[in-house]
Amino acid sequence: MTYENLLLEIIETDDRFIVMTAENRAAIRNLPAQTGKRFIDVGIAEQTLIGMAAGLALRGRIPIVHALASFLTMRSFEFIRTDVGIPALPVKLIGGVPGFLSDGNGPTHQAIEDISLMRGIPNVNIFCPSDEEDLLIGLTSVLMSPKPFYIRYNNLKSSVQHSKHFEIGKAEIISQGSDITILTYGMMLNESLKAKKILEKLGYSIGLVNLRTLKPVDSKSIIKALKSSSLTVTIEDHFLTGGLFSIVSEILAKEKIMANVLPIALPDRWFKPALLDDVLEYEKFNGEHLALKIIDVLQQERKFITHFY
Amino acid sequence: MKEAELKDLQAVSLKVREHIIKMSGSGGCFIGASLSCADIIVYLYKKILNITPFNLKHESRDYMFLSKGHDVPALYAVLAELGFIEKNRLKNHLKTNDNIYWHPNTNIPGIEFHSGSLGHLISVAMGVAYDCVLKNSSNKIVVVLGDGELNEGSVWEAVQISSAMKLDNLTAVVDRNQFQANVRTEHLIPLEPLERKFEAFGWNVFSCDGNDFESLEESFLQIKSSRGRPSVLIADTIRGKGLPSIESRADRWFCNFSEKEIEGLLNELHTKEKTNLISETLMVR
Repeated sequence: MTYENLLLEIIETDDRFIVMTAENRAAIRNLPAQTGKRFIDVGIAEQTLIGMAAGLALRGRIPIVHALASFLTMRSFEFIRTDVGIPALPVKLIGGVPGFLSDGNGPTHQAIEDISLMRGIPNVNIFCPSDEEDLLIGLTSVLMSPKPFYIRYNNLKSSVQHSKHFEIGKAEIISQGSDITILTYGMMLNESLKAKKILEKLGYSIGLVNLRTLKPVDSKSIIKALKSSSLTVTIEDHFLTGGLFSIVSEILAKEKIMANVLPIALPDRWFKPALLDDVLEYEKFNGEHLALKIIDVLQQERKFITHFY
Repeated sequence: MKEAELKDLQAVSLKVREHIIKMSGSGGCFIGASLSCADIIVYLYKKILNITPFNLKHESRDYMFLSKGHDVPALYAVLAELGFIEKNRLKNHLKTNDNIYWHPNTNIPGIEFHSGSLGHLISVAMGVAYDCVLKNSSNKIVVVLGDGELNEGSVWEAVQISSAMKLDNLTAVVDRNQFQANVRTEHLIPLEPLERKFEAFGWNVFSCDGNDFESLEESFLQIKSSRGRPSVLIADTIRGKGLPSIESRADRWFCNFSEKEIEGLLNELHTKEKTNLISETLMVR
């Protein structure tokens, strides 16, 4: 089962759905032939894509809109805010190659402020699946939700057996741990899993949380992580500002919690364009580097050292 | 057009202009643009659109999108005159106990979609038009654009794409009052030759005197029989139409008049005697 297969299944059983794109067909190559007039390609025109989707939603349709994440969230930002966000229309925004997945494209294509932008719009929810399996598990709920949604599209192979139970606003707890809890979303789950394995070999007890929806976010699971582990690590392929670390910081302040938090996110610059594995190595975001960064912090904390060695 | 019908349309538009003038005090409004499009809005609601206070949720109703949202006093006034909202609600202009403010919003019965940010509603109208085509439904979809609004690139995206999609149930009306906020369109980003631009984009193009009901009628009869492509009506209008003391004046865009000035303008509307206006144009948008 692929994203395209499931989408077709959903579309065939419910004629409210309309598939739209601004000439980005990577994930939906076979749909035009199979969906007829319920497939709309407006050409390379993201603003019209969103305005038109809003008009279709006014008539009771649920447009599923495809474009590259950077152009979708930034070129048409004001259209999303004004025509989808203000009236809270159920338009589903599928952002292609978000975060590191734009690999060799360069800064024009790097959507690493998309979470920050989309979560700033009232009514717009966010789903960040960790891989294609996770995407498929959540897709139906997200498409059927009456809310507008931004979906950070991801069709990577899964390296974990996902929980089939999906609820908007509920994280997937991959493991519980008392020393360190890693909070992550999207494609960084795979690298976080690698880091977890390395750290476990060193004797640490590692919790790993796949947040799935960043808005609404599973505050309960985040608070639990902050309170039950000695160190909470946020890992994301997004700017440090406005993404998961910001979400966690807001929770810390709101709940008056003091906790050790290590944010691993992109600093205030765009990342080195290259093939994905090389990007992860260069930017120090692959499993080994993540583990090293975490160990580094642990070694700075005297308490940890005496406790574990 | 029959004499009686013309008289009726003129009487409604006179009332609408009175409402607009009254909304130009106690905080003010975009009076110039509201007066330029007043006859267009009256004509659309009285003669073209199947939109009534009783069919606002019906799938078969027509749709009117006011993309140049700042001229909404004309729409509020038409909605009040035609029974969509109580006339006395217009007194709530800019009051927190109602939603009658400087740009359209869906809290007002009869307003399909909010606007205020220019260049948005032609694409929203396209979405509605596309759905009506899909459902083989004969709704008319009209979007009113400002001429200054045509500066926005998103308008031309939508013009291009609705032509490619052959959305012949979509009609755009350009309120061609020759002004953008502060200057004449032709002095800033010249639009002419405007008809040829739309023609080149594959639209049926019509033009008329947008402050003359008979001229509007003639064009809409032609639009009615046009098939296969979207239509645009370039309606030549006068900014501030009906008030000689502000007509076609660049400095009378957004006005916040005193009670005395409003009294004078109401008189001017009927007598054409110019009013002594001392309030300055405010620069807000």
